[in-house]
Amino acid sequence: MTDQQEQSLDPAQIETDVRTGLGVPSAEVTEGRQNSLWSDAWGQLRRNPLFWIGAFLGVFFVLMAIFPSWFARGADPRSCSLTESKQPPSSAHWMGFDQQGCDYLANVVYGARTSLTIGLLSVIGVLLLGVIIGAVAGYYGGIADSLLARLTDIFFALPLILGALILLRVGPSTGLPILSDRGAGAVAIALSAFGWMTAMRLVRSQVIAVKSQDYVAAARAMGASNFRILTRHILPNAVAPVLVYSTITVGVLIAAEATLTYLGVGLQRPAISWGLQIENGQSLLRTAPHLVLFPSIILSLTVMAFIMLGDALRDALDPRQRS
Amino acid sequence: MAEPRPGGASVPASTQSARGAMGEALLEIVDLQKLFPLTQGIVFRKTVGHVRAVDGVNLTLHRGETVGLVGESGCGKSTVAKLLVALEKPTGGTIRYKGEDVAKMGGRALKRYRREVQIIFQDPYGSLNPRMTVGDIVAEGWSVHADVAPRKGRLHRTQELLERVGLNPDYVNRYPHQFSGGQRQRIGIARALAMQPEVIVCDEPVSALDVSVQAQVVNLLEDLQDDFGMSYLFIAHDLSVVRHLSDRIAVMYLGSVVEEGTEAQVYGSPSHPYTQALLSSVPLHEPALRGQKDRILLQGDVPSPADPPSGCRFRTRCWKAQDICATEPPALIDRGQGHPAACHFAEAREVVPVEVAE
Amino acid sequence: MSSSSGYISSTPALEPNPTAGPVLEVEDLHVEFRTRNGVVNAVNGISYSVDQGETLAILGESGSGKSVSAQAIMGILDSPPAVITGGGINFQGRDILKMDEEEQRQIRGPGIAMIFQDALSALNPVYSVGFQIGEMFRAHRGTSRKEAKQHAIELMDRVRIPAAARRVNDYPHQFSGGMRQRVMIAMALALDPRILIADEPTTALDVTVQAQVMDLLKDLQRDTGMGLILITHDLGVVNEVADRVAVMYAGRIVETGTVDDVFTRPAMPYTVGLMNSIPQVEAKGGRLKPIIGQPPNLARIPSGCPFHPRCPMARTGAAAAPDRDCVADLPPLRVVTVGREAACHYSEELLNG
Repeated sequence: MTDQQEQSLDPAQIETDVRTGLGVPSAEVTEGRQNSLWSDAWGQLRRNPLFWIGAFLGVFFVLMAIFPSWFARGADPRSCSLTESKQPPSSAHWMGFDQQGCDYLANVVYGARTSLTIGLLSVIGVLLLGVIIGAVAGYYGGIADSLLARLTDIFFALPLILGALILLRVGPSTGLPILSDRGAGAVAIALSAFGWMTAMRLVRSQVIAVKSQDYVAAARAMGASNFRILTRHILPNAVAPVLVYSTITVGVLIAAEATLTYLGVGLQRPAISWGLQIENGQSLLRTAPHLVLFPSIILSLTVMAFIMLGDALRDALDPRQRS
Repeated sequence: MAEPRPGGASVPASTQSARGAMGEALLEIVDLQKLFPLTQGIVFRKTVGHVRAVDGVNLTLHRGETVGLVGESGCGKSTVAKLLVALEKPTGGTIRYKGEDVAKMGGRALKRYRREVQIIFQDPYGSLNPRMTVGDIVAEGWSVHADVAPRKGRLHRTQELLERVGLNPDYVNRYPHQFSGGQRQRIGIARALAMQPEVIVCDEPVSALDVSVQAQVVNLLEDLQDDFGMSYLFIAHDLSVVRHLSDRIAVMYLGSVVEEGTEAQVYGSPSHPYTQALLSSVPLHEPALRGQKDRILLQGDVPSPADPPSGCRFRTRCWKAQDICATEPPALIDRGQGHPAACHFAEAREVVPVEVAE
Repeated sequence: MSSSSGYISSTPALEPNPTAGPVLEVEDLHVEFRTRNGVVNAVNGISYSVDQGETLAILGESGSGKSVSAQAIMGILDSPPAVITGGGINFQGRDILKMDEEEQRQIRGPGIAMIFQDALSALNPVYSVGFQIGEMFRAHRGTSRKEAKQHAIELMDRVRIPAAARRVNDYPHQFSGGMRQRVMIAMALALDPRILIADEPTTALDVTVQAQVMDLLKDLQRDTGMGLILITHDLGVVNEVADRVAVMYAGRIVETGTVDDVFTRPAMPYTVGLMNSIPQVEAKGGRLKPIIGQPPNLARIPSGCPFHPRCPMARTGAAAAPDRDCVADLPPLRVVTVGREAACHYSEELLNG
């Protein structure tokens, strides 16, 4: 029995039939509503507590990004008054004030919008690059595959942060459109440019596996164009692992943006970013620890949310546990 | 009182001859050859040899008939299937469809060929896209060949097709994993049927099914042929099923056809030693016939298709092998038995007990 | 064929059948699989026995539970989710299920051996075949490596692998399918078991190779006098190799008897259906008469007789005799004539035409 066959077997049937003949299960057509493989995965997700924690936190932070005023208790992150500088947390201002005397809760909350936007943009970039390069390499094989695989290897050799750092440093002098401004777009581009390789590998290996399936041969024998085969047959069956990877990567890239900003090459003042807040607060760690503490905690929680979601998604889509 | 006879009652003569009547030659396969290169090296690949998967196959398929292609693993029959539906390109020889050379067909002619020659696969689990509904799978061909079915009536036609193959038409929106193996094969058959083909290449369509379900699908294939008049190239390793469905049989060994004839000729008086050995190893399921079979046990293993023996490929396992077999490959011609056999010492021999007609 | 004297000696627990009576006896075995989606009743009360030198075929399609019963005997069921919920397995008169783990292990290796369908995945790809065959000796008898290798070569000879001395150091992937199957048979025979269970041993093989392997098994059985349990769905193989047959459906045995009897005059409509749905190789024959429907889902076995949805003879309501309603009453496996049992309410009608 091939792996693909095993993937589609009901686990109860697997256990009773795995050594008999050719492993043909005898599931009758299930009554009731149709069951796509996604709705089966959803059933699995619902049962996973990791999913709910991650989802709750994820939704929480997404809402924070979209409607920051709800969470900031009405304060404006930019209305600052030096008299309040470095005040510790109090009941009126839950996170106190920063060096400039701005309400820190508001700043941290508004920071969510920046980070999530960049995280999302970067992941979209990673997916685009990874899927296109991986699909072309896997589907066409031959020289195209060799060249693209070697290209991927070269990029793998460059660490993400270092590569992005260099690109962002050099960016302003190149005069290229988005890259020259030191904004969210530039950071997203820099992160995508050095973060697509694993996605490419994941897509490529799945495409190669799916390519040899009989249903692809059937489509080809029928005269379907390469484009049709790629979009209708291969990609829908090949993207599950890379989607899981992307979910986890959102968290990783948010942390990467904070790192780059902290190092001074990411966003600049007056942008509101957790990285900036941590960088500003580090010298005051002894006297006003809350300046580093709060953005760090929120950053960690955000990253963790996406990693948990990704983990839960991977378990749900795992063919061996799929029902 | 008659005992329950396996295989059912005998068929009246009129039906048999009607099915075997020769129509025009639809597919002519001449000296078909497919070699797969064996390469070494990762970046710069060097060809160090060839796997001779198909090496000289001659076959003709007429309208309305079923030709069975039998052989064991490694004989190349699956490769022949792929070559016939243009999934692979032949390295040598020609395939002629309605007189035209397939390899020379241009865009439109090739597209027509792909529509009129369809294939059914062996594996009911891998042959359907798990992320498409059954209706989409069956109707996909119409998106590629829009002239077969106008856009308006497609859902209705899909449901008709599902019904025709014995499935509930209401299940049009269900996914493959909700069906059993036999049902999935029917979906595959509906998909092929949607193109209104003239020829269907059946690549081991029932091998992966339970015995009781195999018979259902075999009957379905027969019914469809009676209704629509298409020809089948039925590829299988189960000799009983092949005999049941086929009018003519070709036996393959290591890439070439070693014997060919009507089913009565090949099963009743096999002339090539390999055919004889093959038939003698099929276990009979009637106790009364136990021990009535000629027993021939082959020695040794099948040689590698990358390095086939010189001359006659079967000589390394053949009990009749002599010097000439190593030097001169035997041609597939009639040597006096009434049907072609590729053996210098071909001799008809009754291996399988002949059924006594009641 | 080299003789098997010398190195093969029985350990005290395994004297050639100390008690008169069957070597292996399965009594009313029940196995369930408890999965997230519900309970799957894989084996629902089966009983069979195998004598010395006898070949019993267990015939069934997928979903009949035939492999599960064999796995239960060998103790290789995954124990969750599988649970043996009842019955006994008597090997030479002693119930294996009542023994503790260590005792079971000592009985199973040398006493009962098993070969599987797919030799490639049953053999470890990183060890040579000689090493793997020798492992049986090293693990159970504590023989030295050198001696174990010698025994391995002798066994490979016995299973007719050509040039055994040279090939003993080869790896599984270097053998063809039929040869790998012989390696598995050699491993199984190493400790001279009293019972050999063959689970679809030739399904994945070509028909000519199948003939060779079945021939070999028959010869080995004749030499050693062991009992052979052959699990298969191929009626031809059953006819040519087995003495007795037990037909399984939906986790139960629905017919037993000698192969001659059962195949010539079946007493259960399922067997009749099977025989009618197979084309013959000796004649073109007419239209096949398949059994309608699909094999049952073991998580939802139909009420009454599990075969009733597909049975052309099913009787219910007014047409049924009292207590013999095919939809409501489960037919027990009962003696219907000398030497034959069937689980059908109307077997006698079927037998008498």
